Amino acid sequence: MSTLTQTPAPRRPSGRWAGWAFLAPVTVYLVAFYAYPMYRNIDLSLRHYTVRSFVDGDAPFTGLANYSKVFSDPTFAPALEHTLIFTFVSLFFQFWIGMGLAVFFSKHFRLSATLRALFLVPWLLPLIVSASTWSWMLNSDSGVVNHALHAFGIAPVDWLTSPTWSLASVIVANIWIGIPFNLVVLYSGLQAVPADVYEAAALDGASAWQRFWKITFPLLRPVSAITLLLGLVYTLKVFDIIWIMTKGGPAGSSTTFATWSYRLGFGNLLPEFGPGAAVGNLLVVMALAFGLIYIRAQRKQQVA
Amino acid sequence: MRSLGSRTKKPLLTGVGLVLTALMLFPVYWMVNESFTRDQDMRKDPPNWFPVHGTFEGYRAVLHQQLPYLGTSLLIGLGTVALTLAVAAPAGYSLAKLRPRGGGVLGFVLLIAQMIPGIIMAMGFYVIYLKLGILNSAPGLIVADSTIAVPFGVLVFAAFMSGIPEELMQAAKTDGAGPLRTFWSIVMPVSRNAVVTVSLFAFLWAWSDFIFANTLDGGGDQQPITLGIYHYIGNNNQQWNAIMATAVVASIPATVLLIVAQRYVAAGVTAGAVKD
Repeated sequence: MSTLTQTPAPRRPSGRWAGWAFLAPVTVYLVAFYAYPMYRNIDLSLRHYTVRSFVDGDAPFTGLANYSKVFSDPTFAPALEHTLIFTFVSLFFQFWIGMGLAVFFSKHFRLSATLRALFLVPWLLPLIVSASTWSWMLNSDSGVVNHALHAFGIAPVDWLTSPTWSLASVIVANIWIGIPFNLVVLYSGLQAVPADVYEAAALDGASAWQRFWKITFPLLRPVSAITLLLGLVYTLKVFDIIWIMTKGGPAGSSTTFATWSYRLGFGNLLPEFGPGAAVGNLLVVMALAFGLIYIRAQRKQQVA
Repeated sequence: MRSLGSRTKKPLLTGVGLVLTALMLFPVYWMVNESFTRDQDMRKDPPNWFPVHGTFEGYRAVLHQQLPYLGTSLLIGLGTVALTLAVAAPAGYSLAKLRPRGGGVLGFVLLIAQMIPGIIMAMGFYVIYLKLGILNSAPGLIVADSTIAVPFGVLVFAAFMSGIPEELMQAAKTDGAGPLRTFWSIVMPVSRNAVVTVSLFAFLWAWSDFIFANTLDGGGDQQPITLGIYHYIGNNNQQWNAIMATAVVASIPATVLLIVAQRYVAAGVTAGAVKD
């Protein structure tokens, strides 16, 4: 509080107390419902919990034992690999499909606004709805995908029940869900590109392909960076789709940090809260690292 | 060749657009189609591409088994909206118009808060709720669900309210209105669009939430519709028409939102990412 009185008077002196009064609810809220759960989570990861000590609350402090346990776990390397593959493959396709659609819809043909709005549907559906629909479509015996492949003489694929395909299947579903976000953000970025830039280029005889790479893409670079970074932070923490479609299996073939953390904490009869929290905190570190890059990129864009 | 600025109606582009949209929405169509399919046709090869022998079996099952879940989801959604607005609107006003010293730090903290994975929050909440004995309760789930929407809400309110003209604020002050009165009688009424956007998203996210429901409310008698579907998949593997019918019903809020409030949706998607 002393810093408040020492600082030079802001524009509205009466406003500073009122300002913090209006911020009081959100501050209390952040401390109680963000900081405290995060603190408990870190605390969990630094103690050795058994079911009894979890209830009694007297688990011994074990430092980084949970973390070293997690690092040496045979699940660690595959889970890291799956998390990275899931995130980057999803992002790559979401971004480029979204970009293609954004360029396409910016041509303003008849019905373009309506169709663009319909593209939002996958993003708005509850994840359990999308995930269970995809599960049924990818069902080995009766799924529509295998029926369609059958029509082309391709043998049925065990999309969700074979270790070869499970990760690819959840990635496809996740790309489908993520396209609308990329489309909307990139489309709004395209709207900001002045039309006369294109007209000048068209007069110079540039083809559509050249116009995209020489004009549109460079001008969209800041928006693209922000879309990708935000997408990265969101994709790293995807849990629902994978858990509902495959539970991270079979044989851990689609386990990411998010599903692994959940399985350790909640998925077994004997919960391992300590290691579960440790895996979760590794995920937080990854998300925050990219998150800070995102915030920097956004600041830079606002200054420019 | 096509030239820029031509005023043709571009029927070819409309055709391509229709095909792309149909491809994108095929899973949604398939969900609806399967929800009307009879049990005996569910595993037919080739499948019925249209609900030729349409049935309401699936929807009858929803009516009999899922109504309590839907009621709980509605309650939790509305509770989350109320809590989110109560916390986010004053904060947005303060950050946009009163700008107290140190407020910027709070904006930064909110951006960071948005990035914490749900599974981490769920584990923390679980430990706390277990101790407080409020696992499997609607208020507990409302608080947890609101954490998805509050940072977004504050950012949307702050962005919107910073666009309110200073003259309006000055006029209120000249008339002798204090900050509270200015907020309630001037700022809130003109911020209707922000209220609608934040409410819609808070409701939709709470309605769609699976991770908090499954971890914090998995054993209670008041469970939301996402768990209704999840239990269905687990126990009732054979009755996919009922599962898909539940999924269709669970998609209603998203559909309503898209039809009624399309422009708010696009505004909401871009609010967090691009600030113009």
